[in-house]
Amino acid sequence: MPLWTLLGLMAGNQTAPWPLSDGDDGQAGLLGMPRYRPEKCADGCEACAEVCPTKAITLREPGQGGGRLNVDYGRCVVCQLCTEECPTGAMTPSADWAFGVRRREDLVWREHPAAAQNASPSTAAFRRSLHIRHVDAGSCNGCESELQALNNPFYNLHRLGIFFTASPRFADLLLVTGAVTYAMREPLRATYEAMPEPRWVMAVGTCAVSGGIAEGGYASGHGLEGVLPVDVYLPGCPPNPAAIMQALLMFLGRKPQRAKGGQLVE
Amino acid sequence: MSTAEEVAQKVVLMKPDDLPGAAREVLVGGGRMQMAYAWYPRPGRLELRYLSGKAVNLPFDIWRCPVEGRIPSLANVWPLLSWYEREISDLFGVEFTGAPDVHRLVLHEGVELPKPPFASDYPPGHTLSLKTRQRLLPEVAGAERDVQLLPFGPVRADVLESAEFLFFYIGEAILFYQPQLFFKHRGMEKRFEGLTAERAVVTAERVSGVGSVAHALAFCQAVESASNCLVPPRALFLRVLLAEMERLYNHLHYLGHLAHTTTLKVAEAEGKFLEERVKQFNGRLTGSRLLRSILTVGGLRHDVGPIGWLAEELEALRKRYAIYARRLENTDSHLDRLITTGLLDRQVAIDQGATGPVQRGSGLDRDLRRDHPYAAYDKLPVEVAVRQAGDGHARAQVRMAEIHNSIALIQRVLVMLPDGPLHADCKVIPNSEGLGWSESPRGTLFYAVHFDANGKLSRVKIKSPSFSNWRAFPFTVHGSNMMDYAINEATFGLTIAGCDR
Repeated sequence: MPLWTLLGLMAGNQTAPWPLSDGDDGQAGLLGMPRYRPEKCADGCEACAEVCPTKAITLREPGQGGGRLNVDYGRCVVCQLCTEECPTGAMTPSADWAFGVRRREDLVWREHPAAAQNASPSTAAFRRSLHIRHVDAGSCNGCESELQALNNPFYNLHRLGIFFTASPRFADLLLVTGAVTYAMREPLRATYEAMPEPRWVMAVGTCAVSGGIAEGGYASGHGLEGVLPVDVYLPGCPPNPAAIMQALLMFLGRKPQRAKGGQLVE
Repeated sequence: MSTAEEVAQKVVLMKPDDLPGAAREVLVGGGRMQMAYAWYPRPGRLELRYLSGKAVNLPFDIWRCPVEGRIPSLANVWPLLSWYEREISDLFGVEFTGAPDVHRLVLHEGVELPKPPFASDYPPGHTLSLKTRQRLLPEVAGAERDVQLLPFGPVRADVLESAEFLFFYIGEAILFYQPQLFFKHRGMEKRFEGLTAERAVVTAERVSGVGSVAHALAFCQAVESASNCLVPPRALFLRVLLAEMERLYNHLHYLGHLAHTTTLKVAEAEGKFLEERVKQFNGRLTGSRLLRSILTVGGLRHDVGPIGWLAEELEALRKRYAIYARRLENTDSHLDRLITTGLLDRQVAIDQGATGPVQRGSGLDRDLRRDHPYAAYDKLPVEVAVRQAGDGHARAQVRMAEIHNSIALIQRVLVMLPDGPLHADCKVIPNSEGLGWSESPRGTLFYAVHFDANGKLSRVKIKSPSFSNWRAFPFTVHGSNMMDYAINEATFGLTIAGCDR
């Protein structure tokens, strides 16, 4: 009979010091949202907009200022096609994955991001204890894979006082993945209705934010748009576990919101 | 293959009345029906396609059958075909005469359906809705008062995919079990229509997230087959490396989750920690923990990062895994819950189309990597793990052996990896078609692709392994008991996204 407890003790603490202190967040080498540099954009070029699978990049009407492109990171599936097609380096690969925001418009690129106003969080009482009910509303299982990783010893989400709960009756936050299929719309609403107030909603993954790759079509929706009020948006395909933790801590007021106006600001 | 005519030796034209005889011939010969789907070769002209294999390592046969008049159901010869026929009925409105089960499958009962979703006159932009929510339930005769119904889902405990499980039970004993799947049906196959092949790889990667490589690979190979395109050797070897990294993190997750159901906390943590290690390797190699955005038609989009560190890290992982596996196999409380649990009879596995580690745990020695090699598998020693017992332990043992084999394969690739180009230009031939496959961590995955006159995709059919295994799984639950259910389900290692699409 093997002594599992002994094995566990011998393995020692496997948990990353991040995010409680500086150190390895485990995401070395990962690509995040492509970075938009409007000054490099060439007139008449539409390469990135043409190749973008989810219309995250569209051409602006002339005369609007602030670059030639509308870049909506709430629609980006991180496929990197734009960074490969762009001939001038206006779209470049980056490690910018900490894209959890409170307001949808903070996912859209803007010239002067500092002007963004942070909505003041009403979550003070939940800072050290948050219970989450997850609902898969039609995902590819990629987001679930990364959400499940949060409870592995490397991330060990529990140490932050954040727990997944089985019953919506005990939940403070409804965490939704997937584009919201026609068959999941009602179960999703019923779960939300079963939650006590105050209750919040977090859209995890580009599908839940805007529909993602499956958007439209006969069975798939546009994410939570028009389905439930959303308090935290985290695009990504899928967002990595560190991005999910960062967004949760941001929601609880324990970390600053890093993405504003579609770019990371320090 | 390119056009149907050029590959006449593989594509056989059949009349509806020829189908039952041909299906019986496959059965008698020890072959297997692999999938069936419908498509429109021309507007208003519907055609059925059947994929069959006469024997394990013989080329696949494709049967085409125009939908004219009465189409006989083949589900009485090949029970596994019942789900394909019901899917075709839902999405194309075709009826099969003599079908044993005519209920809806991929669309839910109570759906408001203006036209079948794949029909050309389906209103563009229309999203389905449910008139009523209805459960598909068998009638319980006799002791109705003693039999209770437990509906569980679609929102279940923990971070899990959505599906509803219906149990008829008496006390601890499960009389009958019915999974209500397809809550997550996103209509993914139709999302491919009108796309270019390169662009569609991004979609294929997002059909089943934890099978991103297997899906992208099967899709790319289908397109490459349609365009007579040769992929350079370095890309072929790297495709094997990526596919085996995917198998590795999936199987480690499987063991961690299995230990969760047998309540071995440290073993759960260890399995999931090892999975996390591999996902972090994936990130360093490709920029994506799920190995996305690297495969493309004709090869790879970019090279992997420097891989000097990988051999050493994998060796360290292998050593740590070997200790873990040995301990799992010596833990009585774990084994007690697996041995004799969820018995899948060999014949049931054949009839219902079980695939991957599930069928190999029931004594069926099949693996596409060896039997129908793709990428660089023909140049590598592929060992196929098979167990005879058919229980949960056998299924777990197959996966455990595959972890060792995957690490060995990757190490071999690292030694053999040739230099050279990563990508060949593939010119899509208008009106061509192709078939691609891969042995995903969960079993056989097929993509059939059809291009239109403009070289855009006109039809893509995806046969995912979980679609096959979900069909077989309930046969191991009827007559079992509640305490074993979660463990048995974990031994199957099913995904729902891939099945529902």
